[in-house]
Amino acid sequence: MKHRFDVRVGPVTFRVGSAWRSPVAALEQLYADYPPTASIPDYTVRLEPDKPWRRLIRPSVAIRGDHILPDALPLPLAQGLLAAEMGMNLQLALGERRFLLLHAASVEKDGQGLILTGESGSGKSTLSALLGVNGWRFMGDEFVLLDPESGVMLPFSRPVSLKNASIAALEAILPDSRFGPRLLGTPKGDIRHLKPDVAAIAAMDRPATPRLILFPRFGFEAAVRDVPPGEAFVRLTQASTNYTTLGERGFDALTRLVTSVPAKALDYPDTVQALKMVASL
Amino acid sequence: MMLARALVDPASVLDLDIEGWTSLLCIAHAERLTATLAHRVDGLDIPESAAGVLRNARLNAEAGRVRALWEVEMMRRALAPLDVPVVLLKGSAFLAAGLEAGQGRLVGDLDILVPRDRLAEVEAAVLAAGWEWLKADAYDDHYYRTWMHELPPLIHRDRDAMIDVHHTILPLTARGKPDAVKLIADSSALPNGLRVLSPQAMIVHAAAHLFDDGDLAGGLRNLWDIDRVFRAGLDDDPAFLTNMAKEADAHQLDSMFRALRLAELIFATPLVFHHLEPEWTDSFFAARLLARDGWGRPTRPLLRFAFYARSHLIRMPVPLLMRHLFTKWRKARGRA
Repeated sequence: MKHRFDVRVGPVTFRVGSAWRSPVAALEQLYADYPPTASIPDYTVRLEPDKPWRRLIRPSVAIRGDHILPDALPLPLAQGLLAAEMGMNLQLALGERRFLLLHAASVEKDGQGLILTGESGSGKSTLSALLGVNGWRFMGDEFVLLDPESGVMLPFSRPVSLKNASIAALEAILPDSRFGPRLLGTPKGDIRHLKPDVAAIAAMDRPATPRLILFPRFGFEAAVRDVPPGEAFVRLTQASTNYTTLGERGFDALTRLVTSVPAKALDYPDTVQALKMVASL
Repeated sequence: MMLARALVDPASVLDLDIEGWTSLLCIAHAERLTATLAHRVDGLDIPESAAGVLRNARLNAEAGRVRALWEVEMMRRALAPLDVPVVLLKGSAFLAAGLEAGQGRLVGDLDILVPRDRLAEVEAAVLAAGWEWLKADAYDDHYYRTWMHELPPLIHRDRDAMIDVHHTILPLTARGKPDAVKLIADSSALPNGLRVLSPQAMIVHAAAHLFDDGDLAGGLRNLWDIDRVFRAGLDDDPAFLTNMAKEADAHQLDSMFRALRLAELIFATPLVFHHLEPEWTDSFFAARLLARDGWGRPTRPLLRFAFYARSHLIRMPVPLLMRHLFTKWRKARGRA
C-alpha cells in the first residue's frame, strides 16, 4: 500500500497500510516515543477506500486487515486516526489466541497489577490515565493480555482513547504535547488520544502479576462491594473478546484469575473520589 | 506464488527476509492457510516473530478442531436412533478421519450427506435436537427444496453452529450429475459409526465444489485439500489416478481433471506416469486462485468478476437464473 506505519506495543506488532498519507502522519506523531520495530508483524491493518472512487471523492476509510468483521462501517478521512486505532483493536480482538483478552484498562505498582473493567462509560480509560499520573504505571486502556500459561498480565500500553468530558479533565493537568489531534463528532463522540508517559512506554515489556480486579461504575454514590469469584467469572467472560474461541485454555486461565485474585465493584461520583477510593483498597 | 511454494517446499521459507515473511503470512491469513503453513514449517529454524504468528494460528486451528469434532459428535447423537448412513463431508471429514488434509484445516459449517429417501427423517431429528432454520423465508425454502443439493441452512440455537444437510454434492440445476447413491455406498465407516467418502470421491467432491459451484473464493485451500488427499491416496494405491478417472466418469464430473491439472501446476501434485493435456483456460483458473498481494488484498478485479459471473451461469440454466434473480430483486424491492 502507498503509506505504511509499523509499531510494536508490548508483545504485539502491527503493520498499518493506508491509501492516504494523513492517518499515517497522525500515527507517527502519536507513537513518536515508541521504540522502532523491524520485525514481522502479528497483524496487518488496511485503511483503504470503501469503494474505488472514495479515495478522492468524499474519502471514506474502510477498516480491513487479516481478520475481517463484515459489517464494520467506514469512517470519513478526517477520522483516519480513529480508523487506524479501531483497526488495530479489531485485529487483536478477532485474531488473538495466545493471550486471553479482557476488554479492560490496567495499571501496575511494585509488580502488582490492577485490572479495571466495565462497560463503555464506566470510566476505566479515564481512571487508568489518572492513575498513570498518580504514581501507577499505565499498562493500557483497551485490553488486558492475560498469559494462560503463566497467569501474568502483559502491557498493551497504547495511547489512551479519551472521550467527551474526560478530554478536558486530562487536558487540565497534562501538557499539550501528550495529546493527539482532537477528533470531533466520531461515532463514539469526541475523542482525543493521550500518549502514555515515557516511563510507561519504556516498561512495555515488563509484565505484572494480577492483584485486584475492579468493576468501576461512574455517576453513583461512593460504594465498594466484594464481587464473588463466580460473578467475576461471568462478568469477565462477557468482557473477553476471545474467551470462547480459546476453549479450555480460556476457561482455565479465567478460573485461575478469579480464584486467585479478589474482585471489587467500585461505584464513584467523580474521579477525585475514585482515586482516593482506589488508594485505600 | 510464494504461499504455494512455501506449502510445497517448506524449506524455501528459510530464504525469506522480513518483508517476505510479512507478505507470506498475510497471504496465508487471507487464504485461511496459516495453520496449515505452521504445520508444514514445523521444526525449521524460522524467525521468532514468524513463529509467534504461526503459534497463534495453530492455537486457533486446534481450538477449532475441538469445536468442529464436538459438533460432529452432537450431530451423531442426534441422528444415531435413525440408523441412517451419515457421511461427513469436507473439513469435518478430514478432521474426523485424521487425514493430513485436516492438519491446520479450519472448519466452518458441519456438512453431512445422507440418502435422499431418508432426508425427511434426518430433517425432523435435526430440528428436534435444537437446530433451527437460519432464514424463514418461503421463497428461499422453496428454492432450496426444489433446486439445491441440501436443506436450507440450519443453525443450532445454543451453540451457534451451522449444519448443511446434503442429499447430493451439486445443485440439481448444475450440469454434472453426481451419483449420490454410489457416493454413500463407497464410503467407509469410522470407529464412531459415521462415514467418510472414499478418497477418490473426496477429490471429486472437492473439485465439483471448487469448479462447478462457486466463484473460486478461498479456492487455494480447496486445491490444497485435493493435493493432500491425492498424495495420501497414491501412497496407498499406485492405480489411484486410474480409479479417479472411473470415479469422475460415474458422476459425470470432469472438473476433477481440471483440479488435478491445477494441483500439479500450483502444488506439484505428482500425477505419476500420466500426462493430463492442459486446457487453454487453465491459466485463468490458476491466476484467479493466486490473485492476492502481500497485503492480503484481492487482486485482478476483472478476472474475479468474470469468475463471479461464471459462478451464476454454471449453477443453473440461464432462464432459471433469470427467474431466480427476478424473484430475488422483487423481494429486495419489497423490503426497501
